[in-house]
Amino acid sequence: MLVVNGLRATVGEKEILQGLNLTVNPGEIHAIMGPNGSGKSTLAHVLSGRDGYTVTGGSATFAGQDLLALEPEQRAHLGLFLAFQYPVELPGVNNTYFLKAALNSIRKARGEAELDAVSFLRFIKEKLKILHLDESLLKRAVNAGFSGGEKKRNEIFQMALLEPKLAILDETDSGLDIDALRVVADGVNALRSPERSMIVVTHYQRLLDYIQPDFVHVLAKGQIIRSGGKELALELETTGYGWIDAEGLAA
Amino acid sequence: MTSTTAVNDLVKSEYEHGFTTEIASDTFPPGLDETVVRAISQRKGEPEFMTAWRLKAYRHWLTMTEPNWAAIDYPKIDFQAISYFSAPKRPEDAPKSLDEIDPILLETYQKLGIPLEEQKVLAGIAVDAVFDSVSVATTFRKSLAEVGVIFCSISEAVHDYPDLIQKYLGSVVPYTDNFYAGLNAAVFSDGTFVYVPKGVRCPMELSTYFRINARNTGQFERTLIVAEAGAYVSYLEGCTAPQRDENQLHAAVVELIVLDDAEVKYSTVQNWYPGDAQGKGGIYNFVTKRGDCRGARAKISWTQVETGSAITWKYPSCLLRGEGSVGEFYSVAVTKGRQQADTGTKMIHIGKNTRSTIVSKGISAGEGQQTYRGLVRIGQRAEGARNHTQCDSLLIGDRCTANTVPYIEVRTPTANMEHEATTSKISDDQLFYCRSRGLTEEDAVSMIVNGFCKEVFNELPMEFAVEAQKLLSISLEGAVG
Repeated sequence: MLVVNGLRATVGEKEILQGLNLTVNPGEIHAIMGPNGSGKSTLAHVLSGRDGYTVTGGSATFAGQDLLALEPEQRAHLGLFLAFQYPVELPGVNNTYFLKAALNSIRKARGEAELDAVSFLRFIKEKLKILHLDESLLKRAVNAGFSGGEKKRNEIFQMALLEPKLAILDETDSGLDIDALRVVADGVNALRSPERSMIVVTHYQRLLDYIQPDFVHVLAKGQIIRSGGKELALELETTGYGWIDAEGLAA
Repeated sequence: MTSTTAVNDLVKSEYEHGFTTEIASDTFPPGLDETVVRAISQRKGEPEFMTAWRLKAYRHWLTMTEPNWAAIDYPKIDFQAISYFSAPKRPEDAPKSLDEIDPILLETYQKLGIPLEEQKVLAGIAVDAVFDSVSVATTFRKSLAEVGVIFCSISEAVHDYPDLIQKYLGSVVPYTDNFYAGLNAAVFSDGTFVYVPKGVRCPMELSTYFRINARNTGQFERTLIVAEAGAYVSYLEGCTAPQRDENQLHAAVVELIVLDDAEVKYSTVQNWYPGDAQGKGGIYNFVTKRGDCRGARAKISWTQVETGSAITWKYPSCLLRGEGSVGEFYSVAVTKGRQQADTGTKMIHIGKNTRSTIVSKGISAGEGQQTYRGLVRIGQRAEGARNHTQCDSLLIGDRCTANTVPYIEVRTPTANMEHEATTSKISDDQLFYCRSRGLTEEDAVSMIVNGFCKEVFNELPMEFAVEAQKLLSISLEGAVG
């Protein structure tokens, strides 16, 4: 589904990704862990097409297409979704209206019929139920005045509606208390399916208690330096990231 | 795409409605003196009282100076270089139906997307289309006449209803009011007159399309709307203009008179030529709009969507005289390129328990400059008066400006005032967020801007709201990145 090969990217003069390799198959959940500044968020941003990064080498193929050549909205049309670390507020833009426009632009790009207001409302209420979210969410402006937890839940709600093939969750656990974390994780788990892959970017092992990954990768200095199963996360919990400097890239 | 180039692209979108119509005009040579004022009056076959009024206005205007307090900057206007009268060739035999209308003119309307016949049938709107200075099409007159509503050009009203004209014309905006109102009174070319008799609810939305066409000809429209006790009327005014090289002066006057329990809803969508990317050639729009709530519980609601003109100087106002009368002002103003707008409202609370609401949304892109200037005055006798003001500015890009200048004068301790103001920017983060959800950049901008303007669009009649949203999207096409 996603094949990243030798990806190099810079911000200004600084090279953040230094030849990163990653392969994600349908239905798999990959956790990407690493210390601050290792390039975790950069990876999420480069894959979703945010401005401000220059790709200097390597490739990323998604659903058979050259991902890096596409505009952000085209990546979304292909089925890529980014759950933001800091979801953005859109004052005055109604959440329902926003989601309907987003869903319909994706459907349109895929040559599917757009949903009318009635069928969209039915669809959206179904998803609310699955995620145990309150209907009041639909009437509010996108993220405007939301608490940190509400914003993250709204991200998961959007993911549920847009039904991506690959979701990248960028530090979705940051700033959440344990209850909010559980709600978000439950939502993510409800959306697991054999066709849907996820990349869960996180600093802490904590989230992985709730979202069980198939693979865990350690990102450091712009490369994946170790990969393993979920036990790797537990190991990191005890050893921390200090060993990376000691072992260096040889590990 | 970097955000700067995207901003430039959006801002650079060309004016869609730019074209000119070739119709033989009967135009006066440039210049203004008493002879010209008399000639205008004579050409229109006006009764003596009108000629006398115009001359008084002209003589007073000579003593006045142009206002210079607004935050707008433009080359000095040479009022002697302007031609003050222009009429389509055959003013004497005014057409009775669309068949009689110059086909080139009809084609012009079609280019603008406002085919008269379709509008008549589909929207049920009576259209009094103003082309240059003389009304060339008036429809639905008959069904309005059945309920006693008078809807005609102001020239006709001068002939047919001289008593009403003498009673009301200039009674809200006297020619002594300001420089541009004085000029308008002296040389006004034509405009619209609406009279809704006591207790009558006007059965349809009334609409006039203004259009500036003849080269170098200032257009001086005059609108007078009178709603007798218990009457209701909704009036829509919309306009676009052909692309031109020279600056075109527009100084309109609109007067509303609203008696006991009557209501006038006045909506404007203004899309005049804003000038090219350097700001050359756009319309100068100096407008005096004022409504007078003379009766108890009278209500005036101004709604405006201003996207055009190089210069906008406009403050639709309400005199709240009647006890419990209500004034509302809902405004969306867009400035992009080199457009400048100094706009707002005045709410003058005179009667007891009068209420006013001001919602102003300013959007500035490119090198657009915008000032909200509003006055809320609560007089000594306006016990229990209330005002709520909300002024929001949205900036697109980093070269535009937005200012808010609220003036508040309260002379009674029982008044209740609220003022809120915000300034925000469409950020790269917002755009990326929308795009990562599958929306194109243009859809994202349009969505954010329309969200920002929602409160105002809600006030527009349905068909106008759709038009306004479309206009807004068109005018901001390519504006952000």
